[in-house]
Amino acid sequence: MSPSQPVWEVVIGLEIHVQLSTTSKLFSGASTTFGAVANSQACAVDLGLPGVLPVVNGEAYRKAVRFGLAVGAEIGERSVFDRKNYFYPDLPKGYQITQLDEPIVKGGQLKIETDAGERVINITRAHLEEDAGKSLHEDYSGMSGIDLNRAGTPLIEIVSEPELRSSDEAVAYARAIHRLVTWLDVSDGEMAEGSFRCDANVSIRPVGTDEFGTRTETKNVNSFRFLQRAIEYEIVRQRKVLEEGGRIVQETRLYDPDKDETRPMRSKETATDYRYFPEPDLLPVQISREYIDEIRTSLPELPDARSRRFVAEYALSGDDAQVLTSSRALSDYFEQVASESGDPRAAGNWVRVELLGRLHREDANVSGSPISALQLAKLISRISDKTISGKAAKQVFDQMWESAGDIDDIIEAQGLKQVSDSAELEPLISTIIDANPKQADQFRAGKDKVLGFFVGRVMKETRGAANPQQVNQIVRKLLRP
Amino acid sequence: MTMHNRTIAQMGADMAAGDYSSVELTTHYLDRIAAEDVRLNSYITGMRDSALTEAAAADADRLNGAGSNRPLLGIPIAHKDIFCTEGTRTSAGSRMLDNFIAPYSATVVEKFRSAGAITLGKTNMDEFAMGSSNETSFYGAVTNPWGENRVPGGSSGGSAAAVAARLCAGATGTDTGGSIRQPAAFCGITGLKPTYGRISRWGIIAYASSLDQAGPMTRSAEDAAIMLGVMAGADERDSTSLDVPVPDYVSQLDRPLTGLRLGRVRQYFEHDIDAGSGARIEDAINALCKLGATVVDVDLANLRHAIPAYYVIAPAECSANLSRYDGVRFGYRCDDPIDLADLYRRSRSEGLGREVQRRILAGTFALSAGYYDAYYRKAQQVRRLIRDDFVNAFDIADVLIGPTTPAPAFALGEKTDDQLAMYLQDIFTIGANLAGLPALSMPVGLSDGLPVGLQLIAPHLEEARLLNVAHQYQMGTDFHTLTPVGTVAAGGQPSEQP
Repeated sequence: MSPSQPVWEVVIGLEIHVQLSTTSKLFSGASTTFGAVANSQACAVDLGLPGVLPVVNGEAYRKAVRFGLAVGAEIGERSVFDRKNYFYPDLPKGYQITQLDEPIVKGGQLKIETDAGERVINITRAHLEEDAGKSLHEDYSGMSGIDLNRAGTPLIEIVSEPELRSSDEAVAYARAIHRLVTWLDVSDGEMAEGSFRCDANVSIRPVGTDEFGTRTETKNVNSFRFLQRAIEYEIVRQRKVLEEGGRIVQETRLYDPDKDETRPMRSKETATDYRYFPEPDLLPVQISREYIDEIRTSLPELPDARSRRFVAEYALSGDDAQVLTSSRALSDYFEQVASESGDPRAAGNWVRVELLGRLHREDANVSGSPISALQLAKLISRISDKTISGKAAKQVFDQMWESAGDIDDIIEAQGLKQVSDSAELEPLISTIIDANPKQADQFRAGKDKVLGFFVGRVMKETRGAANPQQVNQIVRKLLRP
Repeated sequence: MTMHNRTIAQMGADMAAGDYSSVELTTHYLDRIAAEDVRLNSYITGMRDSALTEAAAADADRLNGAGSNRPLLGIPIAHKDIFCTEGTRTSAGSRMLDNFIAPYSATVVEKFRSAGAITLGKTNMDEFAMGSSNETSFYGAVTNPWGENRVPGGSSGGSAAAVAARLCAGATGTDTGGSIRQPAAFCGITGLKPTYGRISRWGIIAYASSLDQAGPMTRSAEDAAIMLGVMAGADERDSTSLDVPVPDYVSQLDRPLTGLRLGRVRQYFEHDIDAGSGARIEDAINALCKLGATVVDVDLANLRHAIPAYYVIAPAECSANLSRYDGVRFGYRCDDPIDLADLYRRSRSEGLGREVQRRILAGTFALSAGYYDAYYRKAQQVRRLIRDDFVNAFDIADVLIGPTTPAPAFALGEKTDDQLAMYLQDIFTIGANLAGLPALSMPVGLSDGLPVGLQLIAPHLEEARLLNVAHQYQMGTDFHTLTPVGTVAAGGQPSEQP
């Protein structure tokens, strides 16, 4: 950068489309199951047949309110649906039912962790809307195909204030939203299935200026890694344009992960006058304070609160607590292991290191763990009651991972039980001493390091089942009485 | 045989007494349609086979004792071709839907079916219910049975003509700006537009969602009460339907009118009204006064803005409602589109008629960025003012009264080139739609040989009051039994007195 160039500040706002995990669509009774045969889950309403009418799905509405309450938003007692008009083959009615002026969720905040510490990001709004179908541009005898299974699927679009200042912050915010919506069971968060899609509004401006630069919107980014790269690409691109004296064009762009670049999107329609107006087929939705309060009381303990409690209650480090609350299922799992084993510290270590390590390697999440929390707790108990050594425990863990079974049976079958009985160990150790006179002499002569040799031999003979401390004592007793 | 001159109430009694069966009655109507409708063109689609099957089932039901409390059992009716009817073409009078076989039935259609009514066919209408003369139909104009060269009114022109010509016992219609009442007035029948939300809109092809409302079109107020009792009620598939119990309309028909306050809407009578029509209206008001009613003058000061407000709101809503007719999933598709834009443009240009395109364009304009506040928002504000005027008027009057239209049926082709004159047809009817109020038109005599309609408007959900007033009037007069001349000849017998 030449010295005359300003120092740039990055300004990012995210619009995140979260698919709600309802059984049926936002305005019809059709199923929302992912991956069904094309057009098998589109009913008359989803097809936009003449004469059909939308009816708001109460479950979707509840989930939107749930999200709003979890971010401390204002939940209006009234919200209004609007029609957003545009023509596209995957939009059956020629308009999308969404919310413009009176969304269900207004305001709200979310805390994110960044390298520079904690930041609170303001949420502008979140509104309910229906998803469109999918155009399939493979060739169907010279034509494009349309799959309307997704048409009418409920979404909330969560709009942040333009307060994010780096791609790291944007990703941290997106991850925090993802954790929250899955935590609340508002969404399954399956990014590969399109349940969580980010639009990134990115602009840059010289540090110290108040006005925003011209922004671009990179749409439909469906992984955190791509989000980071798309934003990074935009920052670099925009800086280059501006530093070469050019102007940023306000436009919609698409991130291409194969080329790792963003490029202008072919516009769905040339002019974007959506001619919003209130949806006359739906009356404004009126909800009561009692309805809101009832949802508020049904909210689970939220991730930040649970993380703080883990630190206070189980003396975990802040880092461990963060990791263990990265999903509600994981934190529930940890807590069950902690309370059943009576050893929160060990529980934290086992879950964080062994369990998460293994899950990560196998690209699974905790709900897919073959080892239940109860079994893991039992395993930890077997270490603390000295039935097995920590080393043997890892063997048992691996065994349990491969083939579920009772932990005590595995210990028995593998012969991993620690032998602490001197009557059993002494004859074995005597035999080993007799077989290794040189080492025995060295130890008698005061060379303590040789002790390790004997312990190793005993452990090998017992396949790890001997209690090392006990072996120490017996060797000392026999050689240095 | 004069079965077709009996009212629904009378036919029910006749069939209960074994005078004739539903199969006989249905066959009689089907034969009449075959003979008469070549001239009138009131039906788009006949349903002979299913009608006869339904009639046989109705007769079986009656034999099995399943006839009590089912006043529509075996009664042959017709549905405006805007009500989706499973397995049958439902065209909305448009080339766009000429090939559309509805895969499901409207709630109204289902309700009539379970009430045991027989569906004779689907009646002609202005395309997508946009029109006041039935001349915008893709299936051609309908002739008013009262005059060879006269329009039947619209948009429910086919239903009105079919009821007037005794080609069905009663019919359904929809009314967005007067589409039940104006054709009812032109054809000399009784037509009721209920309170917005009283009847489910599920399965009714939408024109303007916040205004559309279905209703009965019949020979008498009593028949309208019978049909409304079947049609009305909440529907979980229509969020705008009202969850209010349905009263027994028939049982309230006989209440005396003593003390009834008729509100003479000053703005209606200040308008230029055909002399003969004006005289018939005054006669009718006098007749009602003899039955115990009194008259007060009421003002609906903002009513003069009703037409401009309506012609912003209705086109705005229709511009979105009709976007689904894009040639992609169903309906008309142009030949050999070169690309997507061409597919849209030509399918819509070729599949939709001129009046429909005109309203889509007007509505698109009214909703456009920069114009929304000046048009759509302002029209909604006017709508609230008009509603407030009605609420205030009902402080001093029980029922508002006036002509349904400024003049009787006009000639075919007379107004097709003058949109404004056509739009002014709805000047007296649109107010009730904008305010969501129930309103009824009934025949009160002839002017130059053509029927004159009197309009009654009541507060929200007071359909029973309208039907009561109309029924009491019809008990003392015989205008509702007048039959178009050609129809009498075709029927072979003069009409009967009630």
